[in-house]
Amino acid sequence: MLIRKAPDVRSSEITPKNVYLRRREFLQASAAALVAAGYGSLAGPADAQVRTKLKGPIKKSPLSTLGPNDKINQYAHVTTYNNFYEFGTAKDEPAVNARNFKTTPWTLEVEGEVAKPAKYQLEDFIKPFALEERIYRMRCVEAWSMVIPWVGIPLKDVVDKVQPTGKAQYIEFVTLYDVGRMPMQRSTVLDWPYIEGLRLDEAKHPLALLAVGIYDEVLPGQNGAPMRLVVPWKYGFKGGKSIVKMRFVEKQPKNTWQVMAAHEYGFFANVNPNVDHPRWSQARERRLPDFLPTTKTQMFNGYDQVASLYSGMDLRKNY
Amino acid sequence: MKPIALLKAAAFAAALIPAAALAYRFYRFFYAQDLNALTANPGDYITDQTGTWALAMLVITLTVTPLRRLTKWNELVKLRRMLGLFSFFYATLHMLTWVVFVNYFDVRAMIADVGKKPYIFVGMGTFLILLSLAVTSNRFALRKLGRRWQKLHRLVYVAAIGGVIHFWWLVKADITLPRRWAVAVALLLGFRIWWAWRSKPGPARPRPVRPHQLAP
Repeated sequence: MLIRKAPDVRSSEITPKNVYLRRREFLQASAAALVAAGYGSLAGPADAQVRTKLKGPIKKSPLSTLGPNDKINQYAHVTTYNNFYEFGTAKDEPAVNARNFKTTPWTLEVEGEVAKPAKYQLEDFIKPFALEERIYRMRCVEAWSMVIPWVGIPLKDVVDKVQPTGKAQYIEFVTLYDVGRMPMQRSTVLDWPYIEGLRLDEAKHPLALLAVGIYDEVLPGQNGAPMRLVVPWKYGFKGGKSIVKMRFVEKQPKNTWQVMAAHEYGFFANVNPNVDHPRWSQARERRLPDFLPTTKTQMFNGYDQVASLYSGMDLRKNY
Repeated sequence: MKPIALLKAAAFAAALIPAAALAYRFYRFFYAQDLNALTANPGDYITDQTGTWALAMLVITLTVTPLRRLTKWNELVKLRRMLGLFSFFYATLHMLTWVVFVNYFDVRAMIADVGKKPYIFVGMGTFLILLSLAVTSNRFALRKLGRRWQKLHRLVYVAAIGGVIHFWWLVKADITLPRRWAVAVALLLGFRIWWAWRSKPGPARPRPVRPHQLAP
């Protein structure tokens, strides 16, 4: 029975209300036994999160990728299984701790080597751009993956708008540091704030996205509200969440996980089945909620169109 | 029923609760179609749970002797083998999750895993210790091994330390949980050192009770 495949989900079954209700029943039925056995919490918040439809038209992008084996994950999984250490280091904690995360007002700062450094109200910043739906595979460095219908704006359009100077080679993405709103930032488990970075040509690749939503809805706190980076050919940790600053710089930024453990996490972090991580073999992945790693990991997570960005580079060294 | 027999039955039932909870989640997942019953990542969830309970049972096993010394209720030793075997039971499930959910039966990948990943190496070593203790936990092996039996079974201390190191090395950044287990193991081993030191000089050192001396 262990090797049976997870039951299939039709998209009509992703109705979250039902899922939450069923989870509650399950919780009540088994609470006593589970608590006795030391099971503190099940994935997911006890009260349903407020969900808001995104305003305005959302264009279906031709850059969406749904291969023959790709199926959009259900909303409940995408929003209760998160690596977002600012809200807790266990996968189920961000969904609970980010439930009431306030993202209005939100200031986005663009600084460094750009023609017009400025501070923006996030809403004003996004308004001129058309929202697009981008269905991407997301491959975590922990050897699992999901298929997520993001909604956002192409990073390329943003870069073009702020006009980097000739000196700009990289973008450093700085995320929110606010101990009052992100409880885990009281600990020293990571070096806050969380920093990520891209080379300028990577940032200008049409696939790179600044996401503000999922499933046509406003991005929930645990997924990186109000705006996060999505770089589908790289491991998930490259996607900085709750971005407050984009800094255009000359030198390669130090991203947080590289600072934490440079021999494990590099700057580029391109999905690569041939280069193992010290903790996880990267040859295969589990397409959640599958039990088994039956999916073979593809170079650049299957987004071959980015290969030319790295021609001539030793991707074993530049992991 | 004697109190110790009652306690043993209760401990047996309690030690099965984690396995029963997992089985119930399996049932919810496959038959009730509750896709959240095992979290979004069932493979990791089952690996984490079985690993945690293997370590927990090992630590509980190590509390038997200190409790026996402190309460002078020597019959408590009758729980020890059973609890140790439960640790082996969860450790076996945990090892199988690594075979199936992580390596997908790929023998070459498993060998590479043991060689390349320090936390897997230590975990495998710990499992092999538990395996050797489990197969020699019967009365036949006890008689056959004589004095060497006790020496062999002192490896349980190495297994406890190995279990903590395995956990410590596998977490990415947050060492809160492995640190708790490290404190527990340190206290339990520290008690033994203290006890040995305390009872050394006097001639009235209590003879250790061996399981076969208590057998009916």
